Amino acid sequence: MEPIIKVFFNFIPALADLPNWLAVTLIGVVLAVGTFLYIAVFTLFGVWLERKISAHMQDRLGPMEVGGWHGWAQTIADTIKLLIKEDIVPEKSDRFLYKFAPYVVFTAVMAAFAVIPWSKKFIPANLNVGLLYIISISSLGVIGILMGGWASNNKWSLYGAMRSAAQMVSYEIPVSLSLISVILITGTLDMQEIVYRQSGTLFSWNIFHYFPFAFLAFIIYFIASLAEANRTPFDLPEAESELVAGFHTEYSGMRWAFFMLSEYANMFVVSAISAVVFFGGWQAPFGFLNFIPGPIWFLGKALILVFVQMWIRWTLPRLRVDQLMYTAWKVLTPFSFALVLFIAFWKVL
Amino acid sequence: MKDYFRNIYQAIVTILIGMGVTFRHLFVHAVTIQYPHVKRELPARSRQKLFVNIDDCIGCFQCARACPVDCIMIETVKAGKDEDLGETSNGQKKRLHVVKFDIDMAKCCYCADCVFPCPTECIYMTPDYEFATYDRNSLLLHFAKYSPEQVKALHERQEKEALAKAQAAKIKAAAGTKKPESET
Repeated sequence: MEPIIKVFFNFIPALADLPNWLAVTLIGVVLAVGTFLYIAVFTLFGVWLERKISAHMQDRLGPMEVGGWHGWAQTIADTIKLLIKEDIVPEKSDRFLYKFAPYVVFTAVMAAFAVIPWSKKFIPANLNVGLLYIISISSLGVIGILMGGWASNNKWSLYGAMRSAAQMVSYEIPVSLSLISVILITGTLDMQEIVYRQSGTLFSWNIFHYFPFAFLAFIIYFIASLAEANRTPFDLPEAESELVAGFHTEYSGMRWAFFMLSEYANMFVVSAISAVVFFGGWQAPFGFLNFIPGPIWFLGKALILVFVQMWIRWTLPRLRVDQLMYTAWKVLTPFSFALVLFIAFWKVL
Repeated sequence: MKDYFRNIYQAIVTILIGMGVTFRHLFVHAVTIQYPHVKRELPARSRQKLFVNIDDCIGCFQCARACPVDCIMIETVKAGKDEDLGETSNGQKKRLHVVKFDIDMAKCCYCADCVFPCPTECIYMTPDYEFATYDRNSLLLHFAKYSPEQVKALHERQEKEALAKAQAAKIKAAAGTKKPESET
């Protein structure tokens, strides 16, 4: 956190006079609020974009009315609706777990933002085990989903939660293994360091520099991260046609909105990780484009990957549960294992 | 083993083909018509809201009789001997006051069976389909132009005339008992 603290001290010298613990806490709170605001804005934009993309892929128009230009304010109106909606807690639910679950899911996703490098200087917490931290923190979300599904005391919620537990636990493995293969290549877990190792042109990015292997790792990571983020074609935990809404069937109003926020934040997080690990993070593709600031490159790469996620969602139908497990255990896991072994040998030799 | 790799290959290829299709459709012109802003012109003979040109109505009840759901309600009063109600646009003489011509569009089934028998072509379907209301009673369309007072006056006159006629008939009958019946 030190570089960030220095930046804050430069901006507001009065902070340095405060006791250290207070200053660090204040900066942390500011960063957390900033992250939350970013997630909220990204979700508003992401939901709108998703609706527009889905509509245009189906030769429709999508929201067109609210706000004038192509219904840009539609999601703002939806948010206001969610805010004023009644917060229903089922009578026979486990009230504490029920109310607590959305925050667990959201916190798990939001915690991953701590180690995402936005630019040369701006990384909220520059851990030397950043990637490991992300892998571990992103598996926390499944606990929240299980809590919500179990506490709702509803068969659909429970089925959704069980499916999501099975799915997320299985897909953790290809995610981790494909990231491990990149760790083997770069030799570091530090997010900022991974980005620095890819400096240069487009062709020094991991995905192109180690072309067939890193590309394969990226494909495996991308497919598995779709399942991690509960996106179609792996959205079995919330399969509308079978399970009403899966684990968040009973939720309404703002608690439901928190599940939605965490889903979209998760989309961004997994895209940001692949942008950092495979696409050179905040680095410009060519040297002469360096005048464009890093955060714009980083955001652009992440948003393109978010777009690909949406693209896949509106292309493919949902998998069956057994197909889901087949894909995870019989295709992705062996391939990623083979990849890790191969890269390990190659590095040693 | 061969099947396994073929499956993977086919999965990747078909996913890419599908993604190609969806990407092409991203730039296809949308088929949506933004209804309240853009309205599609209906075919010339589309059957929507009924309309009656009451000036042409001769009160013949043919439409009411043709209606399969009985949604047309007509009441007429005979015109007096010295009254001239004018002519319809195709030259038929109007002999009846049409004091009530109500169509219940809530009942109407849009079969247009009432349109064809009309001798003066005064009832017809219009292309207006935007007549949803908050109150079912406002779907009852009134076409007659007579005010309640006029209707009351006409009814009273009719009753009076009927009474006079009945009395005249009685007198006639009393006078005619001696004669053998020749007509009707």
